[in-house]
Amino acid sequence: MAPIQHRYDFVYLFDVKNGNPNGDPDAGNLPRLDPETGRGLVTDVALKRKIRNYVAMAKGETPGFDIYMQERAVLNRAHMRAYTALDLKSESKKLPKEEEKARGLTKWMCDNFFDIRTFGAVMSTEVNAGQVRGPVQFTFALSEAPIVPLEVTITRSSVTNEKDALVNDRTMGRKHIVPYGLYRAHGFVSGRLANDPKKGTGFSEEDLSLLWEALTNMFDHDRAAARGEMSARGLVVFEHESDLGNAPAHKLLDRVRVARASGGEGPPRAFSDYAVSVDEAELPAGITVHRLI
Amino acid sequence: MSQGIRLHVWGPRALFSRPEMKVERVSYDVITPSAARGIVEAIHWKPAIVWRIVRLRVLKPIRFESLRRNEVGAVASAGKAASAMRAGSTEGLALYVEEERQQRAATLLRDVAYVIEARLDLSPKGHATPEETVGKHLDMFRRRARKGQCFSRPCLGTREFAADFELLEGDTPEPDPSLLGERDLGWMVLDHHYPGLEARFFRARMRDGVIDVPALDGAEVAR
Repeated sequence: MAPIQHRYDFVYLFDVKNGNPNGDPDAGNLPRLDPETGRGLVTDVALKRKIRNYVAMAKGETPGFDIYMQERAVLNRAHMRAYTALDLKSESKKLPKEEEKARGLTKWMCDNFFDIRTFGAVMSTEVNAGQVRGPVQFTFALSEAPIVPLEVTITRSSVTNEKDALVNDRTMGRKHIVPYGLYRAHGFVSGRLANDPKKGTGFSEEDLSLLWEALTNMFDHDRAAARGEMSARGLVVFEHESDLGNAPAHKLLDRVRVARASGGEGPPRAFSDYAVSVDEAELPAGITVHRLI
Repeated sequence: MSQGIRLHVWGPRALFSRPEMKVERVSYDVITPSAARGIVEAIHWKPAIVWRIVRLRVLKPIRFESLRRNEVGAVASAGKAASAMRAGSTEGLALYVEEERQQRAATLLRDVAYVIEARLDLSPKGHATPEETVGKHLDMFRRRARKGQCFSRPCLGTREFAADFELLEGDTPEPDPSLLGERDLGWMVLDHHYPGLEARFFRARMRDGVIDVPALDGAEVAR
């Protein structure tokens, strides 16, 4: 597969209903909050974890789509499969032996692991070729409105160990939920970090459509007691004609506006309380908008 | 600024880790010259040229926030990868996050904006062929920055804090009033000195939001 030839900047919208999208280990697993504004946060790594899990599930045994950073919970399958021997042409005869070897290794890892090809990884080689910067970059997601996490106390009618059974027969637990939050994350795909002969990871068109597919569906496969209902609500992709880009990213991403729907009063509690609009008027030359969700 | 450019960069968060606090990361108060160079190079760089950061202007008040995340404490093993490559299978190569998990806090900067002033020279290493000129690369940089083009999305210290940027061609914005006066920011990383990759430090002093950056081989630079 050929590496991608364009730059992409995208806005990703997702919401949560009565769940905890991303707990804060510093605050006893309360939903993450931006202390200054009261808006909710979801870290970039939380989103990347879900993309990895989705790809691991969707691509299962396909060679070239392994996931390097794995969760045991997700993975329960044998990796016994033969790989097409990769044709490792040394890129330059001038490279010192060590570096050539490191490049070969790095390339092999990129070819076999989707997440290294996409997000990059650091390899433990001494030479500089051991560090891969992937083309895809996520920023923190921020909720549109301030969120007020609720603490829900729950009881359990059984106990864990025998000792407790003599004393009492139920225990209390806590859940933290966000009644409703619409979150917005920005992401970037650098064409050059995919197709550059030296630095590129070979992230291909097929990988890109898999990334969009993962963003579209990943919450549907990430159900859990803590999560509540999470769904992807919007994915607006700005495709640049050139791999360096045709317009400043911030100017494009600002065209995606999320506002309260007219007549909406009080705290937002559903996606219908919001109106998402994409300003497609007078787009800079060379920019195409795709509304994938 | 005949050989120089001014670039306005900003973002909601930033993390310029202090090397002495790398595990539970703590950011410097301001952008480091090496991070600024990284931003400039993300827009345009070739082996034939060298960017040198001359001046950093801080525009917004310095504020911090703390954040804890699950991270892995391991890197991909080259040795394992080499044997997997010979065996032609990725079995047992993956890294399990549960086993390598570390929860680390980071103290980040909030809501930052800077003006980076940099100058461009031809590389002394002789990568430059005769047709390479400073003017050509300056024009390339300016064209790209004006159009918002970049090789890869520049970031404010770490990749999750993407930087927005604009070529600054008009007046320099005024710094926030809280930055007025003189402030000693202490010893700060200046940049890495190739070929040994050793870090060089300088005594950062901010006057009315402006930090003058010494040359890498300047007299006041410490190793």
